Amino acid sequence: TPVRFSSVGGRRIEKVLIANRGEIACRVMRTAKKMGVRSVAVYSEADKHSMHVALADEAYHIGPAASQQSYLSMKKIMAIAKKSTAQAIHPGYGFLSENTEFAELCKQEGIIFIGPPSSAIRDMGIKSTSKHIMAAAGVPIIEGYHGDDQSNQKLKEEAKRIGYPVMIKAVRGGGGKGMRIARTEADFLDQLESARREARKSFNDDAMLVEKFVENPRHVEVQVFGDQHGNAVYLFERDCSVQRRHQKIIEEAPGPGIKPEVRRRLGEAAVRAAKAVKYVGAGTVEFIMDADHNFYFMEMNTRLQVEHPVTEMITGTDLVEWQLRIAAGEKLPLSQDEISLDGHSFEARIYAEDPSNDFLPGAGPLLHLSTPEPNDFIRIETGVRQGDEVSVHYDPMIAKLVVWGEDRSAALQKLRYCLRQYNIVGLSTNIDFLLSLSGHPEFEAGKVDTSFIARHHSQLFPPSRKVSKEGLCQAALGLLLQEKAVTKEFKLHSNDPYSPFASSTGSRINILHTRTLVLQDGENKVEVYISYNRDGTYSVKIEGEIFCVSGSLIYKDGSSFLNCSVNGVTSTSKLVILNNTVHLFSMECHEQVTIPVPKFLAGVSSTGSQGGAVAPMTGTIEKVFVKEGDEVKVGDPLMVMIAMKMEHTIRAPKAGVIKKVFFKEGSQASRHAALIELEEKNAVSD
Amino acid sequence: LLRGSRTLIPALPRLYHGDSVAAIGSQFDYNSALFQENYERMNALVTQLKERAEKIRLGGGEKARALHTSRGKLLPRERIDRLLDPGSPFLEFSQFAAYELYGNEEVPAGGIITGIGRVSGVECVIVANDATVKGGTYYPITVKKHLRAQEIAQQNSLPCIYLVDSGGANLPRQADVFPDRDHFGRIFFNQARMSSKGISQVAVVMGSCTAGGAYVPAMADESIIVKNQGTIFLGGPPLVKAATGEEVSAEDLGGADLHCRRSGVTDHYAIDDNHALHLARKIVRNLNYVKKVNVSIEQPEEPLFPTDEIYGIVGDNLKRNFDIREVIARVVDGSKFDEFKALYGDTLVTGFARIFGYPVGIIGNNGVLFSESAKKGTHFIQLCCQRNIPLIFLQNITGFMVGREYEAGGIAKDGAKMVTAVACANVPKITVIIGGSYGAGNYGMCGRAYGPRFLYMWPNARISVMGGEQAATVLATITKDQKAREGKQFSLEEETALKEPIIARFEEEGSPYYSSARLWDDGIIDPADTRLVLGLSLSSALNAPTEETHFGVFRM
Repeated sequence: TPVRFSSVGGRRIEKVLIANRGEIACRVMRTAKKMGVRSVAVYSEADKHSMHVALADEAYHIGPAASQQSYLSMKKIMAIAKKSTAQAIHPGYGFLSENTEFAELCKQEGIIFIGPPSSAIRDMGIKSTSKHIMAAAGVPIIEGYHGDDQSNQKLKEEAKRIGYPVMIKAVRGGGGKGMRIARTEADFLDQLESARREARKSFNDDAMLVEKFVENPRHVEVQVFGDQHGNAVYLFERDCSVQRRHQKIIEEAPGPGIKPEVRRRLGEAAVRAAKAVKYVGAGTVEFIMDADHNFYFMEMNTRLQVEHPVTEMITGTDLVEWQLRIAAGEKLPLSQDEISLDGHSFEARIYAEDPSNDFLPGAGPLLHLSTPEPNDFIRIETGVRQGDEVSVHYDPMIAKLVVWGEDRSAALQKLRYCLRQYNIVGLSTNIDFLLSLSGHPEFEAGKVDTSFIARHHSQLFPPSRKVSKEGLCQAALGLLLQEKAVTKEFKLHSNDPYSPFASSTGSRINILHTRTLVLQDGENKVEVYISYNRDGTYSVKIEGEIFCVSGSLIYKDGSSFLNCSVNGVTSTSKLVILNNTVHLFSMECHEQVTIPVPKFLAGVSSTGSQGGAVAPMTGTIEKVFVKEGDEVKVGDPLMVMIAMKMEHTIRAPKAGVIKKVFFKEGSQASRHAALIELEEKNAVSD
Repeated sequence: LLRGSRTLIPALPRLYHGDSVAAIGSQFDYNSALFQENYERMNALVTQLKERAEKIRLGGGEKARALHTSRGKLLPRERIDRLLDPGSPFLEFSQFAAYELYGNEEVPAGGIITGIGRVSGVECVIVANDATVKGGTYYPITVKKHLRAQEIAQQNSLPCIYLVDSGGANLPRQADVFPDRDHFGRIFFNQARMSSKGISQVAVVMGSCTAGGAYVPAMADESIIVKNQGTIFLGGPPLVKAATGEEVSAEDLGGADLHCRRSGVTDHYAIDDNHALHLARKIVRNLNYVKKVNVSIEQPEEPLFPTDEIYGIVGDNLKRNFDIREVIARVVDGSKFDEFKALYGDTLVTGFARIFGYPVGIIGNNGVLFSESAKKGTHFIQLCCQRNIPLIFLQNITGFMVGREYEAGGIAKDGAKMVTAVACANVPKITVIIGGSYGAGNYGMCGRAYGPRFLYMWPNARISVMGGEQAATVLATITKDQKAREGKQFSLEEETALKEPIIARFEEEGSPYYSSARLWDDGIIDPADTRLVLGLSLSSALNAPTEETHFGVFRM
């Protein structure tokens, strides 16, 4: 249904500008399309070929890759809004979504800002203000004492008022110094003294504050919606406790183990919070929750959250549609009584990052990307396609995988099933980590809190496992069959298409053809001996063990699947061979082996010069330590590069003499670009 | 009614029937004693063949191989495998060259591996020295095998790739290696002549290339050398020291750096064997070679019957008759054979078929050759030459019919017609000796002397001027007559004593291993592989444009 005129002073929205990129821009556009609202995209230089541009009805270039000069440029976006005659701007999340100034600007320019009034953004943006407002509205907050009276007596009284356990924190503290937990009144004074001693030593100041201590808290948030007519509703809670680097990776709705009574209290508190600031549009009230399901207001996010789809899945709503309707002045589509909770939903965020390297964000090309088939119960919210690049300039989230099931365990099972079908090659992702996380028994039991990953670290990061011999057999077969397919392709295009020479049978006169394939599993090189049997099967010998291997490649939906039998055990896995690496994605695991590059192609050229150092990812050269002619030893630092907000030191891969430095300080180097040419010392005489 | 039923009838019903009549061959009773016995006996011969081949595949002894690989070199068969398009077939020639030829000296495969395989999609002749066999030196048979490979390349217009790793002529046998027309010098003569015809010559120097051997890369169109491994010089360090007193290392005297940077004898510098083979593949890609197949090609079909049934049909007893059509049915596409003159001269079976989609005219023996059979064969060869259809000879022949009636009938002149036709036919000819090959039958059925592009033998085959027993009987009769003239007795014991060694000798010398050791053929093959070997041979042969055939005088 198109957005109508509302009964009171609303305005029709026929065209909306989405001041965002990636999956959320695509998400908003899909609903806009459904409602018959035209969409306008804006894009930076880095995004000119991206999905949100392709999906929009119109798209405008707004500047270079850096967000400051594109997606954060209010002036440019406003100019495009006018030029394209959009009546409204949807800010998505991030970028300008919680920018008071921008909301103000929209108001001045007579363009609907799809979000709350700027006053609500401002009120909620300042933590101390928001806490006061919430406390006044009867929303539970974390109790604390921040007063000047530092006497033992006063502090102890306050602790009693707040309720144990309490945290005693140095006012000037940081890094855990001068911080103690008092679990009972009996040990309060001891802990206080201890905290003061440490604080004096560390900061030369022993002023203390006392706060309620919540042990292993859960992060529970409530979706609220308000309209311009003074109504507000809640759409139940989401649990977003499992986090890494203080960012959510897996969210669910409703919160596991939360009783209806608590749910109602949560919702009502959230609605009170929204009403206290005359909230309009989609908002999220975040609480921390202790083990006894007591909850305390933390903050309110005045935007549509990343994880909003889980709420949509359990309530059967389209929150972007709600946003557009409310922005046009309509009343809330449903009253509180009409909103019901059905089933359970999970969202897993798929990121370009390296979980085993402290979740270091990554970037790069999505050389291969295949996803589970989306349907009413499986949603894939993404802004990238195979062949696209995860840019260093923006958030490294690749997609959100959202599933719905009748109950929590059904939804969780579906989540894992879908994650196994989410296959990406080209950059490292957290998919395997999400799998081990969602498969952890404690997670299955719903025992989640914010320290989940830290507590179960060793189980979530099992030591990397060797590829099984069966896996090596499959990889070898995959390579042979791919070779076969290439040969077939060649022969079909030749003018002698049926010559038996153009076959991949490895036929030999009176003897069996055998060949050695070297496969690399991590650092480990494995020799695989393959005999071509006359019946078309292969005998594969690995470390003295012989396997009978046969199979075929099946092409389906643009992916190739390897159907492989090893000693009579048949399995099917998705096969991706890219950049000398064989990836096998099965319902059990993701295995990969590489084919070592022959010496003559590995930088050692016949002229005797040596490869040198290459950029590990796209980034900016911060510092250059060497110049032409310098002699370096293995491991000597050559350059420092800033990429993904991290410093990377580029070191000499071997001893030698610097022949050429390709980049100056401040210049941009793309992934795999040669940074420095190094001549190996003993090779010079060659 | 007719019009109504048209849509119900499957497409082209007449063609369907036409196809079904063309198929030949019959289902055998696999449980029959004869089939079983034949199968077992032929299978034993094939097993023996493969066991012997597997041993030859290893090349020189374990020590020689270990020494070779310890230097970072690949074994010659590995070199070939990595040169070829991965997983593609290799049509190897004469694995049994030098087999039991030099007494106690074992020279597996004659110390040289030759064959045809695809490199960058181009069918090439590959000649690879096996340095694990007597240092890769050239025995007389090594020279012969090298020259035969070049002959195949020349006849079929195939680029040549020489993987050189040889100590040159085998000095103790220099007299049988150096001086004659078809000795060592002919290798370079051939290189020059082939190059002049546009048949590319590529040399990869992966080991030594001394004295005369130095001319292999030097005469090549393009050459590659492996550093610290390949050396090229007219005189090696010992000879240089003897001649001038100069002391110099092999690498400095003729290594990769010298020849790529200073002398220009070689064009490409490789850091190891793998690199060299990679470069060789690139050279072939840059040949701009286009295979022009000037025959019609059809989609191939597998034969209707398993090819190994040939074992049960043929067996190892040459005295037993079998219908050659049953063999043809297990070789040709879809077992389809359009027989020519089926009712005339039926001891010779002729007809058209396809193998891997290529058209062939097949001539097979179904008994002794009579005048009619010879005339029919001549007619058929003429047809194939006119139509540019390659000829396949399935040879199992005791000879032409003898006897007064047949001599009077002019069997000599009819046989001569067939021999003339075979000799003059310029279409590709491929011969497989599947049984006996005796006397003039060998000539009429395109024996080695008649220049077939390829000639293979089955392990049950025998080749000699006549059967051992016939020869013994002839000799015994002559001796008996001589003794009778001298008035002497020739007892049965004496006769047996005379005949036995003759029979034994014919048996030994008629063996396919004896033949293959001397390169009277291009290899012994598993009968079940006949279809594949013929397909590979045809594919190779069709690289050369066919010359027009002009027949000599047919005596009428």
